[in-house]
Amino acid sequence: MEKKMTWKELIVGDILEGGTSLKFKTGNWRSKRPVHIPEKCINCLICWISCPDDAIIVDKENGKFLSFNYDYCKGCGICAYECPKKAIEMKEETV
Amino acid sequence: MGIKVVKTGNEAFAEGMRQINPDVVAAYPITPQTEIVQIFSQFVADGRVKTEFIQVESEHSAMSACIGASCAGARAMTGTSSQGLAYMWEMLYIASGLRLPIIMAVVNRALSSPINIHCDHSDTFGARDSGWIQIYSENVQETYDNLIQGVRIAEHPEVRLPCMIMTDGFILSHCLETMEMLTDEEVREFVGEPPERGNLIKAVVENKPITIGALDLQDYYFEHKRQQAEGMKNALKVIPEVGKEFGDKFGRYYGMVENYKLDDADIGVVVIGSTAGTAKEAVDKLRSRGIKAGLLKIRVFRPLPVVDIKESLKNLKVVGVMDRVEGMNAFCGPLYSEICACLYELEKRPILTNFVYGLGGRDVKVEDIELIFNELLRVLEKGVKEYTLKYIGVRE
Repeated sequence: MEKKMTWKELIVGDILEGGTSLKFKTGNWRSKRPVHIPEKCINCLICWISCPDDAIIVDKENGKFLSFNYDYCKGCGICAYECPKKAIEMKEETV
Repeated sequence: MGIKVVKTGNEAFAEGMRQINPDVVAAYPITPQTEIVQIFSQFVADGRVKTEFIQVESEHSAMSACIGASCAGARAMTGTSSQGLAYMWEMLYIASGLRLPIIMAVVNRALSSPINIHCDHSDTFGARDSGWIQIYSENVQETYDNLIQGVRIAEHPEVRLPCMIMTDGFILSHCLETMEMLTDEEVREFVGEPPERGNLIKAVVENKPITIGALDLQDYYFEHKRQQAEGMKNALKVIPEVGKEFGDKFGRYYGMVENYKLDDADIGVVVIGSTAGTAKEAVDKLRSRGIKAGLLKIRVFRPLPVVDIKESLKNLKVVGVMDRVEGMNAFCGPLYSEICACLYELEKRPILTNFVYGLGGRDVKVEDIELIFNELLRVLEKGVKEYTLKYIGVRE
């Protein structure tokens, strides 16, 4: 368990250094997970543009789809819905 | 040292702001506050201050602009009245929650409806739980002195809360009184440079991004509110310290409350704002008749000076609490309930009654206060009260 700060330890006034959302891993909200189908993918990256959580990882070398960042993907399914080639499928999360 | 001048409450506010020379002023005009920013904007146009003056389209935006400026480390000020304060509502809580020491000059005016431009305290009493420090003024001199002290109180590192300074609409804001103005140098030296505020300064100087008002759910919201409450608690200590320093330097001392002839008093009234001056006249008249009357003036309403209130009233037999607000709870005015709460912990406490007066600027004369004291005397004689709340000056 993460140890939470007391009111005395907190920075005064809810004013923080930038980028704190990186520490908030929202992947465990997911009930469905996106799965990539490489044969159908044309690397248009519409999934990358559409993802509200910046959870599509693109290969910096060739600019192609690499993977999903399951630490932050909430399983909203927008990527699968927007994909013009149906190259992303939403599968039930298994426990 | 200072010079004697004749000023209205609004002029005193504007001159005080000029001498404080804030980085940013964002304001929208509303009667009876309009003059403050009108005069101040002339100072800006004449180059007498370094202030960036932002003309906004509403009070909601005025407070938003002050919040933005204060977040960037600036000393920000504004002013408003009545509906303007009401329109600022959600931003008031954001200013205090973010712990931004914004200073606001408020000219008290009744809230609509019915529409009215004259004095009562319904506007700022409504904002009593917004996390702002509230300091009320009896006269033009106090209006000016409170504004200058307000900067030091709000910015104190252990407080860091926004502060509103009140003056009574028209009664003080538009009436000329003689007062002593400090020199520009004295004010600038007294308020000094604002103390550094951690991440805010880093963001500006080191050009680092900051997050302001991050989502704060079940796991941290409570801790932030607890922290904010501590700032308000610390203000109980800081306000009299600043009041004493002001007195040591300029000869006028300020505490949380003012006791007037209370030491041996049997009966007394509790009052806020300009009516304290009228009520002191009434106390003097009663004293000349041999009646042991006194007065407690609440200068600071937030934080509530519970220790001072208990100490001041503990030996009285009957106390009348004067509310310039109708609390609309079908029982009593808001000041009454707070004074009640303060005195409840005393083993032996005075009989308390409540008088609602002066709504919408209804004139309050010395005779009205004498009438209140006569009611208190009647309770003193009988040893019991017949009512909790009485309206003073309304046509029955």
